[in-house]
Amino acid sequence: MSYIAKPSAHHPALPRNALGLTRRDYEGSMSTLCAGCGHDSITAAIIEACYEMDLPAHRIAKISGIGCSSKAPTYFLSRSHGFNSVHGRMPSVTTGANMANRDLYYIGVSGDGDTASIGLGQFCHAVRRRLNMTYIVMNNGCYGLTKGQFSATNDKNSPSKKGEANPFDAIDLCQLAIQLGAGFVARSFSGDKRQLLPLIQAAISYKGFAFIDVVSPCVTFNNHPASTKSYEYVRMHNMASENKLDYVEPQEEITAEYAEGTSTAVELHDGSQLMLYKVDGGHDPRDSDAAIHTIRTNAAKGTVVTGLLYVNEDQQDLHDVLGTDERPLNALPMSELCPGSKALEGINARLR
Amino acid sequence: MRFQPVTSLDKEGTPAEERARDKGEMQASEMAARARKRGRTPPTDITDPQYFHKVVDCQWACPTHTPVPEYIRLIAQGRYSAAYMLNWESNVFPGILGRVCDRPCEPACRRGRIQVGDEGNAKDPSKKNAEPVAICRLKRVAADYKGDIDNLLPEIPATKNGKRIALIGAGPASLAVARDLMPLGYDVTLFERDPIPGGLMRTNIPSFRLPASVLDEEVGRILDFGVKANFGAEITSMKKLLGEGYDAIFVGTGAPKGKDLELTGRQEAAANIHIGIDWLTSVAFGHVEKIGRRVVVIGGGNTAMDCCRTALRLGAEAVTVTVRSPRKVMKASDWEIKDALHEGIPILDNHAPKAFVVKDGKLVGLTFEKMVETGVDAKGRPKLEASGELVTIDCDDVLMAIGQENAFPWIERDIGMTFNEWGQPAVDRKTFMSSVPGVFFGGDAAWGPENIIWAVAHGHQAAISIDAYCHGKSLVERPKPGHTLVSQKMGIHEWSYSNNYDPQKRQAVPHAALEASLKNLKLEVELGFDDKIAAREVERCLNCDVQTVFTDNLCIECDACMDICPVDCINFTENDDEADLRKELRVPALNKSQDIYVSGVLKTGRIMAKDEDVCLHCGLCAERCPTGAWDMQKFAYAEAQAASACLSHHNAYLG
Repeated sequence: MSYIAKPSAHHPALPRNALGLTRRDYEGSMSTLCAGCGHDSITAAIIEACYEMDLPAHRIAKISGIGCSSKAPTYFLSRSHGFNSVHGRMPSVTTGANMANRDLYYIGVSGDGDTASIGLGQFCHAVRRRLNMTYIVMNNGCYGLTKGQFSATNDKNSPSKKGEANPFDAIDLCQLAIQLGAGFVARSFSGDKRQLLPLIQAAISYKGFAFIDVVSPCVTFNNHPASTKSYEYVRMHNMASENKLDYVEPQEEITAEYAEGTSTAVELHDGSQLMLYKVDGGHDPRDSDAAIHTIRTNAAKGTVVTGLLYVNEDQQDLHDVLGTDERPLNALPMSELCPGSKALEGINARLR
Repeated sequence: MRFQPVTSLDKEGTPAEERARDKGEMQASEMAARARKRGRTPPTDITDPQYFHKVVDCQWACPTHTPVPEYIRLIAQGRYSAAYMLNWESNVFPGILGRVCDRPCEPACRRGRIQVGDEGNAKDPSKKNAEPVAICRLKRVAADYKGDIDNLLPEIPATKNGKRIALIGAGPASLAVARDLMPLGYDVTLFERDPIPGGLMRTNIPSFRLPASVLDEEVGRILDFGVKANFGAEITSMKKLLGEGYDAIFVGTGAPKGKDLELTGRQEAAANIHIGIDWLTSVAFGHVEKIGRRVVVIGGGNTAMDCCRTALRLGAEAVTVTVRSPRKVMKASDWEIKDALHEGIPILDNHAPKAFVVKDGKLVGLTFEKMVETGVDAKGRPKLEASGELVTIDCDDVLMAIGQENAFPWIERDIGMTFNEWGQPAVDRKTFMSSVPGVFFGGDAAWGPENIIWAVAHGHQAAISIDAYCHGKSLVERPKPGHTLVSQKMGIHEWSYSNNYDPQKRQAVPHAALEASLKNLKLEVELGFDDKIAAREVERCLNCDVQTVFTDNLCIECDACMDICPVDCINFTENDDEADLRKELRVPALNKSQDIYVSGVLKTGRIMAKDEDVCLHCGLCAERCPTGAWDMQKFAYAEAQAASACLSHHNAYLG
């Protein structure tokens, strides 16, 4: 942990976005995570994504649970709304916030313990309900805050720092999310910002439940050569299912020319697009069965499949399903928000 | 796509080349040349001391390579005497230079490229509050606050080495030579035309900028080493001096000849037209004590600024400075122009003098033709054309400060010395020796007007040459600089230097009350920083000598340094040739005067490329690095000098 604050000075030629802000304006306070923590790279990618998308900070809510991952929202978007909730309860708090105000962008940050253990039930139901949010799991396969015990996502036989092999099978959060009906499922690696950045941008643009499982090495407890969650292992065993990704803003034109059959444009709800350039062995991301098959067959070979794994461009979100009012609660006049005891009597009468 | 391990073609060298290098069969420079040929930027060779020296912008820009960040840290610790001695060893006149140095270090200062807030910089409003550290004023703090330093000075051997050296002129160049040679046991004789030493520092810099007491102290310190000083002793014949059996002669006679303008009326009005530097000398020695009511100064350099401010103090009521060229290319230092303006002196630019107006045999005015700018010439300077519009300024006296040159009427042309077409002796740029063996030149006498700090730098080099010459050694082989690179890590995220960035603006220097200064020629205008102001200013220094040192085989490419860097210096990218690499960085590296620090190939086939331009040396890259691939290491660098006894503080600093 550094004792000095990050210097306020920035590069004099640092570019500004449409809001006149620099990337630095999207930062939070200085990270207290270990030096080299993958979570800090994900933080940097979120900062970059929001900066590039010209998002105003006051339109974003960042919500987290407990753990190293859940500390991370402090380190980005210091001018946004934030809620550091109870362990594993990030999905419930986000659901509440989202129901009250559908106009904000919700970025939920969780970890492998927060999501795959204590919060597994919460996670499943947020997916099932198609909550309109970006759910990022900073996945390092261990409990960093309590000295590196295996978490539920650590691969079977992947050893601890001291060399003990993990006896249990791992929960694959991407497979789970696809099975439960998530509309946007991706996996990435904290050490590959070129892939992670467009995925985060697309996830934020996606209306519905967008899930990104980011393998994020724990430099202190799970970055030894034998660990399947280490920088070295993931770099050597990373099968990017869609090699290259490109996020295209709504107003931007797609300028590059792509050979027939090599690229797919995924339409996102706000008019933006995610361009995918296929490589050999890539699957169609609109086919959920193929996605699960690709993940499973590669996992059996010890390969980590990254990129956009599955997308459903037509998914409805929770508000659509429930038919809620288009306005957030804070925009409703008092007479509608609280119609009075007469209206209550009417409702009660209907139920009798 | 499965990650591909790096192939030999992605490396800077082929396996065969790398083996050749490891066996010492191939030089690093040859590897670099081959990498360039393949369109790659070769890894930076940080074993070359000039690489990190250049990163220390102030030290690099200083002609004597004074270790600026080191002495600023000493001031921060209140170790004023140590700070003074480090300066004294490098530049000989810290008290003098702390007031009147041309300070090439300041425009070079990295802090001048770092914006603070949204206010404009005084010199260039487009640069938001990007102002250099007040290096010169901090040097004065060391001089003003130092204790007794007599016991820190080098010892002068009682037994001389038998070699006799003659120095001509008692200005900064000769005095620097004397300072460097006395501790070696030389018998040094000094000849000075004026009754007191100091040269142009004494005669042409007014005492309201440089008090005589400061000059006396620092010049006296050298003479007290036992220099045989002869004042009022003008050398009128080089031939005669050569016959006196000196082992070497050093000419440090400066550039004492002021330029004149032969315009209509010059002869008739001669009584009221003065050559600036001659007039300043007369004022310095008390021969001139008043001037006319209305004074016009011609010229835009520092002498013009000294002339106009001196005229004001001698009782002139209306002083006007006129410059032929536009204000933006005026030669005077920015701060001297500001001081003249502050004293209410108008500066009229684009005014080309045409004729002196004479009435009844007396000067009554000066006619100018206004110039207009018509674009820029090949060198980027404004192109000027006469507009035909004439302006006359009424005046009683004119001071001409349009330049000066060296002059050698006393050097016979038949002694075998080669002179160029402008009547200047041919002096070797490296050895400072003329075509007559044993006769050396330095300061303004060598190649025309420069400034004090350059004269001192010349003095150091000439002293090295004189010492080598007297001992029959090669003059061409110069002694190498000393340098060390040492980690500053004290603990986890603790460094031996203050790495916290201070966004404070440049501190202003207090001035004496305007009214009182204008009445007193000898009252020093700038009061200097006190210890409290100095304590704030020192924190602005970025410690550019504490280098970011990268060890590529420790890097795991976690990107932490790139993410934390507040000024986006650090990049992990594919290698390319340097021109393209500069464009492809996170923030393109457009300042080509600053280098790119390039690593060897990393595990993913990428390289680390760091733009040195605006690095704050905050050390956060090293703090966020999990493997110690980044480290903050202090680069100490000391130029060689003739006498190692004059480098004892530098040797301590080198460690």
